[in-house]
Formats: sequence, C-alpha cells, structure tokens
Amino acid sequence: MAVEPAGPKPGKLTAGRIGIYAFLVVSALFFLLPLAVMILTSMKPMDEIHNGNIFALPQHPTFDYWVKAWSSACTGRDCYGLSPGFFNSVKITVLAVPASIALAMINGYALCFWRYRGSEFLFTVLVFGAFVPYQVLVYPIIYALSRVGLFGTLPGIVIVHTIFGMPILTLIFRNFFASLPVELFKAARVDGAGFWGIFVRIMLPMSLPITVVAVILQVTGIWNDFLFGLVFAGHDNLPMTVQLNNIVRTSTGTVEYSTNMAATILTGLVPLVVYFVSGKWFVRGIAAGAVKG
Amino acid sequence: MGATNSSVVVREVSLNFGAVEVLKSLNLDVRKGEFIVLLGPSGCGKSTLLNCIAGLLDVSGGQIFIEGRNVTWEEPKDRGIAMVFQSYALYPQMTVEGNLSFGLKNARLPRDEIDRRVKRASEILQIEPLLKRKPAALSGGQRQRVAIGRALVRDVDVFLFDEPLSNLDAKLRNELRVEIKRLHQRLANTMIYVTHDQIEAMTLADRIAVMRGGIIQQLDAPHAIYARPVNRFVAGFIGAPGMNFIDGTIEEAGGKPVFRAGDARIDLSRYSFEGRSEAGRKAVFGVRPEHVATGEAASAMPFSAEASVEIVEPMGSDTLAWTSLGGQNLSMRADSEKAPRPGDRIRIGFDPGRASIFDAGTDMRL
Repeated sequence: MAVEPAGPKPGKLTAGRIGIYAFLVVSALFFLLPLAVMILTSMKPMDEIHNGNIFALPQHPTFDYWVKAWSSACTGRDCYGLSPGFFNSVKITVLAVPASIALAMINGYALCFWRYRGSEFLFTVLVFGAFVPYQVLVYPIIYALSRVGLFGTLPGIVIVHTIFGMPILTLIFRNFFASLPVELFKAARVDGAGFWGIFVRIMLPMSLPITVVAVILQVTGIWNDFLFGLVFAGHDNLPMTVQLNNIVRTSTGTVEYSTNMAATILTGLVPLVVYFVSGKWFVRGIAAGAVKG
Repeated sequence: MGATNSSVVVREVSLNFGAVEVLKSLNLDVRKGEFIVLLGPSGCGKSTLLNCIAGLLDVSGGQIFIEGRNVTWEEPKDRGIAMVFQSYALYPQMTVEGNLSFGLKNARLPRDEIDRRVKRASEILQIEPLLKRKPAALSGGQRQRVAIGRALVRDVDVFLFDEPLSNLDAKLRNELRVEIKRLHQRLANTMIYVTHDQIEAMTLADRIAVMRGGIIQQLDAPHAIYARPVNRFVAGFIGAPGMNFIDGTIEEAGGKPVFRAGDARIDLSRYSFEGRSEAGRKAVFGVRPEHVATGEAASAMPFSAEASVEIVEPMGSDTLAWTSLGGQNLSMRADSEKAPRPGDRIRIGFDPGRASIFDAGTDMRL
C-alpha cells in the first residue's frame, strides 16, 4: 500500500492572495485603458468623438480610418498614408538588425576568448559608449556621413543603427560568452579549430538564446527609433515613426483623431507582435551537457 | 634538450600574470611513456603548467620541448598533444561521434581514416552505443569517457589531463581512475596528469611532482615522496590522515643524536640524516599516524612511551586516536576492532628510522 500524501496544506485563498490578485487586475486595467481608448476612438466617426464620452462604444464602428491611416493620410504634401513608412522601417530593420548583431557577436567573442593587449581597455571604452547621449553625437555623425556621401541614404541609417547598437550588444554577447566554460574554447583549440572555426562551429550554435534576446532588443529599438530616422534616413527612407509624427502633426482642417489613433496602433503593432511571438523563444539550457549537468 | 628518451621537457619556464609570478623558472623532464602527476593545492600553478605545455597559455620565459621539438611558440594543435578537461568540455551541439571527429576533420584527415580512429577509440573506451547521442543525454562518467576518447583519436604521443575526475562522484572516480591506468598500460603514451587528489597521484603516477607556489617541491616516485619528503610542506600534503609534527630540538646524548620535545626523548641513531646533525638545532619531528603502534607492538618499537587517549575518530576501516607526546598532539591509526577509548592509558611506539625530521626554520629535511 502506497502512502498517500497527506497532512495540512496551506490555504488556497488567503486575504493576502486576494489582495495581490486585486492589485494585479487593477494594474492591468490601468495600463490597458489607453489602448482601449485608442482602439475605440479609431473606430468612431468624428461626430461621435465630439459628442460622446471617450469610453463610449462606437455606435457605427468602421475601419475606414485604419484604411486611411495606412494608405491615404497626408504627411505634409504626400498623401500615401503610413505604408511607405512601414516599408522603409522594414528595410532599415531587416538590414540593421543582422548587421549589428553579427558585428556585436564577433566583438563579444573576440573580447571574451581572444584577449589581446588593450582589449580590456577597448571593451571599457565601448561600454562607456552606452552612456553617451545620442544627441551629442548627431552633428559629428552628420558631418562624417556627408563626407563619405552616405548622409540621407539607406546605408547611412543602417550604419548609424549598427554603430549605436554596438555598446550594449557587445556587452550582452561578451557576458554570454564569458558564462560559457572556457574549457570548451581550449578543447576546440587543441582540436585545431581557429578563430572562425571556433566561432562558427562551436560558439554560434550555442548562442541561440542570447541571439533571440538581442534580436528582440534591436528590432524594437530600431523600429521605435525616431531621432536617427528623422535625421539620417533622408526623405525617401523616413521610417514609420517619423511618418506617424507627420500625419499627426499635419494640421489642415480639423484634427482627425480616429486616423491618428489608427496610425499610432499600426506603428506600435510590430514591436508588440515581436514581444508576443518571441516570448516562448527565450529558451534556456542550450549549453546543457557541455559542463557537469 | 634533455636526454634522448625525454618526451616533454620544460626548461626554465616562467609565467607572470601582471605582477603575479605563477610559475617560477620551472624545470621538468618527462620520460617517454612516463605517467607524471602534477600534485598540489589550488593555486600552486599545476594547471597553469599543463596549459603552458598544451600551448593554451604563452610562457613569459623559458622553453618547452615535446618529442625533441621546440614547441614554445607552436599552436596547441601542432604540438602533438591531446587534452582532457575537468568539465569534459564536450561540444554540446554535436553527437559523440561529432565530438570525437571534430579535431580530425579540422586536420582534414580522409574520411576512412577518421572512421577507423573513431571506431578504435570507442572500442577501447566502450562508448560505441553512445556514438549517435548528444552530450546532454550522457551521464557524467560517460561524458568523461567521451572526452578521453576525443583525446585518444588524435593519436599523439602526449596526453594531458587537467583534473579529469574531479567532477565525478567517488565511485565513478575510482572506476575511471583504474580505467585511465589501464589505458596508460595499453597505449604506453606519455601522460601528464594534474590533480589535487593524492590518492589519484599515488595510484596513477610513475613519478609525482609536488608543486607549491609555482615551484616543483619534489619530483620522485610515489613511495619515495611518501617515505622521504624533502620538506615539511610535502610531508604534510602527502598522506591521509596527515603526518604528525612535533616541535623540539636535536641534542646529543652519549655521542648519539636525540630529539627532545618536552619530557620526551627520541633516540635518532636509526635515522639517516641528509647531512650532519648539529646539536642544539630547533627541529620538527614528523611521524605518520599509520607508523605509530600500540600495545605490545609499541613496546617492540625502538621508541615507545605511555600516553593517554584524548579523542577518537572512527573512519570505518580504522580509527584515528589522538594522544600526545611531549605535550604536543599525536594522532595514530588503530585497528577499529581494538580501538582505544578516550581516557585510556596506552603504550605507543614507532621506529624513528621511518620518521622525517625537518629544520624548524627552513622546513627542509635534515
């Protein structure tokens, strides 16, 4: 006869627990409220907005303003909506994210395993870069980029994002590699693998979890960027955030809240989706088995 | 370059990390096919020395020769060495087979040669059923077997082991220790083995190099290190439970050297001094717990005395009893069946000829 687990158990619903849940529910509502207002407003015609409560449900819900925000809202003189900005943002993100991550990965790997004279100093300088306010560097970079003819071009904005991603990404990757057993690196050297061999064959396959983190960080960071896009992208490559700003600030006639709300939600959708989809990719334990498990 | 039968020669090797001298002009001559154990407490430089021999650390001074070749600045892969690590260091994303063949693929060996070597190594280590598995699906003992296999396939003259058994539990450690010894007898390669475990050192080594502070204190056969330690550090480090040390002076009585500590006088005429014994010198008398006898056996010893038992530590196979001699602590190993009890008055005795005497100032053997 097996002995069934028995004995006093802690109560399931205590006053403290109820308090915690109540607090969580209230907090969630508090933070969801602006989103709810945005969604409701984006589906109301203007007269409903003017005459009704902002929390009131739309009486004649419509997606016309979403369509307008996407394809025909005016940003200054052009009236193509947000869509050109969306594709510009996609271009910038798709190019800058892999570029910055690849470079930072190699940086972190070299700084962790192939120490050379001055590498610690270089690392310190690089990390210090994370604390420099962006605005300080805007003018020097404008000057530098225009000297090489890249100011206001797609490669220009990609380079800027890659450079500014370097400090924090290098720090992340270096610390990740430092957490791997150094004996793995030594074993690979005895096995005759070189700088790139060890990087590609040993380290890259183990870097998936930290790479996912870096991708999330970069995608959201670059997508949400406004300053660099405004300054460096040039008229043809303005990202979605800048376009959004232009739509909202274009003041001909009445302010069309519905369109503005729809445009804002559309712009914020990409980082939101990234967070939702990638949550489960925060995988751990890829390195399990390399050391005593 | 050492004698022609040398396998690994370390000449005047120094290594500094900043201002810290980790290795101090160290010399070591390992013969072909010899099993050398580098033994010492943590921080003594034993792993550092092994990494220098492997080429994973650049020396600050001196030279390293392997099989007659100056390899001081060679890459690890070109030195003709293979290495086994404490944490196994298996590549987690590769199968066992991938781990074994990684180095051979890097060396661009032909496919059939790689297969032949992997097959042979996995036969020797009995890891054939594991070849398709990943390291995460292996037990600790299996992982270390694979790590040894990865060294084996390299088909080199010199094997380097960096505390390979330290991560394993006691039972597996004993099993793999025997296996490594068997491997050495079968392959007859040169093996340099780093450990802080004196049982491993004693059981495996042809010669042990006891290290401290970046210097080899003594390099000798295990029994010689046990019986005739060159200084107090080696004497205390080797042997478990540790050697007893009794402070006193060397005197002369009737033309014979005598060690005096408190009211105890130990006749040293059976002790062979390294040099001359000077009367009046402050010294430390070292005797191992297992060399102290009790009862009738004690009376038959060249030196014996009455002592009372203070503390008793049962250790299973035998019992460690703490008494005192000349007012200082003395432990002795007693048969568990006939172990004394605290408070007992017993007769203890030992042969001063098997003891070690060190200078109280320099700690060197007298």
